[in-house]
Amino acid sequence: MSLNVESTRIPTVLAPPPLRLIDDAGHPVDESQTGGFTLPDTATLLSLYRRMVIARRFDVQVTALTRQGRLATYPSALGQEACEIAAVSALDSGDWLFPTYRDSIALLTRGVKPADILASFRGDWHSGYDYYEHRIAPQATPLATQALHAVGLATAAKLKRDSTVALTLLGDGATSEGDAHEAFNFAAVWQAPVVFLVQNNQFAISVPLDKQMACRTIADKAIGYGMPGYFVDGNDVAAMFAVTSAAVDAARAGKGPTLIEGLTYRIEAHTNSDDPSRYRNAADVDVWRGRDPIERLEKFLLSEGALSEAERASIAQEAEDTAAATRECMTVQAVVDPLELFEHVYANPRPALAEQRAALAAELAEDSATTAASTVTTDSTATTANTETDARA
Amino acid sequence: MSHTIAGVATRSPETLTMASALNAAIRDAMTDDPTVVLFGEDVGPLGGVFRVTDGLYAEFGETRVSDSPLAESGIVGTAIGMAMYGMRPVVEMQFDAFSYPAFQQIVSHVAKMRNRTRGKIALPIVIRIPYAGDIGGVEHHSDSSEAYWTSTPGLTVVSPSNPADAYSMLREAIASDDPVIFMEPKSRYWTKAELTLPVTTAPMASAVILREGTDVTLLAYGPTVKTALATAELATAEGLSIEVIDLRSLSPFDDATVSASLRKTSRVAVIHEAAQFGGYGAEVAARLTERNFFYLAAPILRITGFDIPYPSPKLEEYFLPTPDRILAAISRWEWS
Repeated sequence: MSLNVESTRIPTVLAPPPLRLIDDAGHPVDESQTGGFTLPDTATLLSLYRRMVIARRFDVQVTALTRQGRLATYPSALGQEACEIAAVSALDSGDWLFPTYRDSIALLTRGVKPADILASFRGDWHSGYDYYEHRIAPQATPLATQALHAVGLATAAKLKRDSTVALTLLGDGATSEGDAHEAFNFAAVWQAPVVFLVQNNQFAISVPLDKQMACRTIADKAIGYGMPGYFVDGNDVAAMFAVTSAAVDAARAGKGPTLIEGLTYRIEAHTNSDDPSRYRNAADVDVWRGRDPIERLEKFLLSEGALSEAERASIAQEAEDTAAATRECMTVQAVVDPLELFEHVYANPRPALAEQRAALAAELAEDSATTAASTVTTDSTATTANTETDARA
Repeated sequence: MSHTIAGVATRSPETLTMASALNAAIRDAMTDDPTVVLFGEDVGPLGGVFRVTDGLYAEFGETRVSDSPLAESGIVGTAIGMAMYGMRPVVEMQFDAFSYPAFQQIVSHVAKMRNRTRGKIALPIVIRIPYAGDIGGVEHHSDSSEAYWTSTPGLTVVSPSNPADAYSMLREAIASDDPVIFMEPKSRYWTKAELTLPVTTAPMASAVILREGTDVTLLAYGPTVKTALATAELATAEGLSIEVIDLRSLSPFDDATVSASLRKTSRVAVIHEAAQFGGYGAEVAARLTERNFFYLAAPILRITGFDIPYPSPKLEEYFLPTPDRILAAISRWEWS
């Protein structure tokens, strides 16, 4: 007997329209339709616009660098700027962000330098910024694991009576992982000051959402955990900011966690090693290009008279400067020290690692001696390299 | 038991089981360091299924001792976030095989965080895992998972075999800035000793010679230390002098102490409950052979559990390494 999946499923209930404050055409949504959320003020919207434009330019630049073969990999967030920028903008400087590998533009917006963001994707080191200075956890590659870290950190802050909130970013695929469930459940039971922001970009690499889950929305899942859930237009930065800010405020006020789903779309491939034409139609991508989060806000701001040409040009220039700085950092090769391999494994030094370190140092010394011997002595660079290696050894 | 008053130890000798020594270690660590927090399944009012956390909830309250939802990945994952915020979490996995849902968090994050962040994020977490068999536990309650953890760089893996070490090593583990997998042999929880706390034994990373001998070195840890000592006792009747070393720390491995013993006796056997193939004993035998081949009079033996899933209670006596089995194995060496 074959199982008829369709007939055994609970009839699909149509998802409600996502919450939005500015519609696709850039018009404000009537307040009777916004669930009590109101448009952020103009200064805030301008700031969100500026941050999105700069983030977009950075993302496009890094993708280009990947295509030039100058980065090992880069997961683009093109089209997801509204979710990313809202997440960062809703936080105070003392709050913590727990990002995934796709959230580099959130790091940029929180002040991390391009060179430090790209340390991992260049292959220099696993993760390359000052976590405590920026209050950003290392970008997590295993899915949903960082959500538990966010819950733990937020709980520790609560125990210490600090006002710190943790916001964690997840993808739609990550919500299928057990750790997402455990994080939602722990947070709700412990009333942890944490905000879960799921960027539903509709694909987990190649697997579409309807093969990922059978319920209406990810936000609906919040009901089962006993916390508020919001289904938001992830391409409307005004709505994303309003809802995320409210969730952060609620967490800070001791009201526990919130689950937010931003419905968006991944315009680019999963990474440069992925061919999206195998699993989705170009026409679908075009539909979503038409819902661009930056264009939408720009239309709104222009129609409100809140964005001047001079301002737009100034922001565009700032974006170009960021792109230039990003290219510039690629011209400087990070100095990698092979012996650093052994430096950060344990706080307490181990004899066995010291032995392995010594063995590598000996190999390096031998290599550079061979190089020096086979190089004419007038080649000063070889001599310098040799000296440096000896000094390390 | 008397308690520390105003920082002055006013304790007298008392008979402690390993479980109560562990309990005292956690209590003293929590008293000395307000950042130490304890959580896991049933560690609160119940005091843990083995009563290792007995009374701590009443003494320190829910902010420092708490029952977590039943989810091991969640326990370890949230401990990571707490450690990032300046706490020193001590978490319990309740039973060995229950730690497997947390494998991802332990291997991908606990072990690697220092390395990924170039030393900027330290995770001073102690993950207590009651492990091994010989207590008549049903399936999934008697595993020896040490090889998974010892083959993961970034973790410290230790296992005490007696109450004094249990206290001393747990205090050191909680104070350590490295994450520690603290493996508690369930069958030894009720082992008793007369102690005056606080007690400090050998450094956690070192192996200890429990019994001197000249003919054979037996390497054991956790549950098999008692077995090795019993073997040595039996062997004296046969005129065989056995040295017994309690490894205590599985990672790091104390090469110096063990190699010195090997060079004295020239014959070594490793005893553990876990399966043999790809097991911890294989690493011990290989590294000792690499360093000491010309001092060996015979191949290094492994007397271990069979390469099968841990058996049901009525069969475990056939599975566990026994003194007879160890002596029989040793007797098959060529003795000249």
